Amino acid sequence: MITVRSLLDDAWYERYEKICNLNIRSSIYDVTNGCNLRCRGCFFFSSDEHLTGEAKEVHDWEGFIDAEMRRGVNLAILIGGEPTLHLDRVEAFFKRLPTFCASNGLIKVPRDRFPKMMVGISLWGDAETEKSLRGRDTFEISSKNYAGDAYTYYLYTITSQQVGRVEAMVRRIRDIGVKVHFQLLSNDEGADGFSWQPEQLADLRSEMDDLLDRYPDTVISSRYYHQVLTTGTMLGRRFGWEECPSVSETHDTRVPQPRRLIRFIRWSADLKTTHRCCTSATRDCSTCKDGAAHMSWIMVNKRAHMRTAQDLQNWIEVYEMFAKLYRFIPW
Amino acid sequence: MTQTQNGSMERRIAEILIQELKLENVTPDTFDVTTDLVKELGIDSMDLTTVVLVLQGEYQVKFDEDSYPSLNTVRAIAAQIKQLQGAAS
Ligand code: SF4
Ligand code: SF4
Repeated sequence: MITVRSLLDDAWYERYEKICNLNIRSSIYDVTNGCNLRCRGCFFFSSDEHLTGEAKEVHDWEGFIDAEMRRGVNLAILIGGEPTLHLDRVEAFFKRLPTFCASNGLIKVPRDRFPKMMVGISLWGDAETEKSLRGRDTFEISSKNYAGDAYTYYLYTITSQQVGRVEAMVRRIRDIGVKVHFQLLSNDEGADGFSWQPEQLADLRSEMDDLLDRYPDTVISSRYYHQVLTTGTMLGRRFGWEECPSVSETHDTRVPQPRRLIRFIRWSADLKTTHRCCTSATRDCSTCKDGAAHMSWIMVNKRAHMRTAQDLQNWIEVYEMFAKLYRFIPW
Repeated sequence: MTQTQNGSMERRIAEILIQELKLENVTPDTFDVTTDLVKELGIDSMDLTTVVLVLQGEYQVKFDEDSYPSLNTVRAIAAQIKQLQGAAS
């Protein structure tokens, strides 16, 4: 029988031991349906998922979060809309359980109120791309708000037009003392020139690998994650609806059910509606490039990676990447 | 409970693990009941949830989810089942 021990030397086994018992059960919460930006390609608005109502009273949020904890959730991932527009709701989560807050970075999370809360700031490219897709260069503002913040990283959504130009932003992020993690734009609104061509994906994979090697203190990533994300394949399997781990339990009618995130639900800000998955129900799963879904896909398939030492090491590196992004292990 | 009863319960749990998780190159007779399921076999919480569902049906017990982390060997699972059966009787 293949065991973890039989595949790993002492150093790798030690790394495995640090993560193998984490047992994270995350869910995603739309904190609000409002945003202070309107980016082209934003799945939230393009799918009309922002049209549910919003629970307004903090008291209702508190009761809801308590129920979520009883349901077994032990990591809250806050998205939106823009969560920082409602810091009282964010605080209701933060006071109760490990919380990660996605933000466009235009509003600074006050650290006296939210010490050590993980903040992931969205970034879509250099100033030119940001202006074209998001209407303004958000980095100019977010970099001032979060320079040197030890609990913040940039979630750099790379567009097809950024291929070959990613380093400049990585360097700017390094220069302000923050980390960066990569994912890919899925181009939900079909913006001209932003769909992926196979050769662009291959080039981007090499570029991300190279940046990981050259900026190891800034880039939180893994080569295997780059491989799976850009090829959409893992161990000979193709990513898509049949394989996706990030489908809300309430919408998961798949038979047979694939390996998935236990207890995972993405909740609307009305605290009643649940959305299909971590992105939008209107997205075509066959072209979905969601980074978190690909990362989770690898993570929930641990035993499938117990084929060779290299496969299991790849799995460990991706799990470590996840654990670092949410600060379950140090950077 | 006698040693033999212990042994047969452990053997049956090993068999369920092998069947449910499609473990290869191991039989209920060669399964080391002290092997750490997470650290050595790479079993994760989804695997454990699958196995627990079968065990609950077979032994008519209800595991507390908070106890999952302690279900880390076949022997520990058998002990937990016996404890739950004892509490219920
Ligand atoms: S900042 Fe985020 S939520 Fe707001 S429009 Fe842009 S992508 Fe959508
Ligand atoms: S759109 Fe992406 S994240 Fe959503 S179900 Fe499809 S593959 Fe999964």
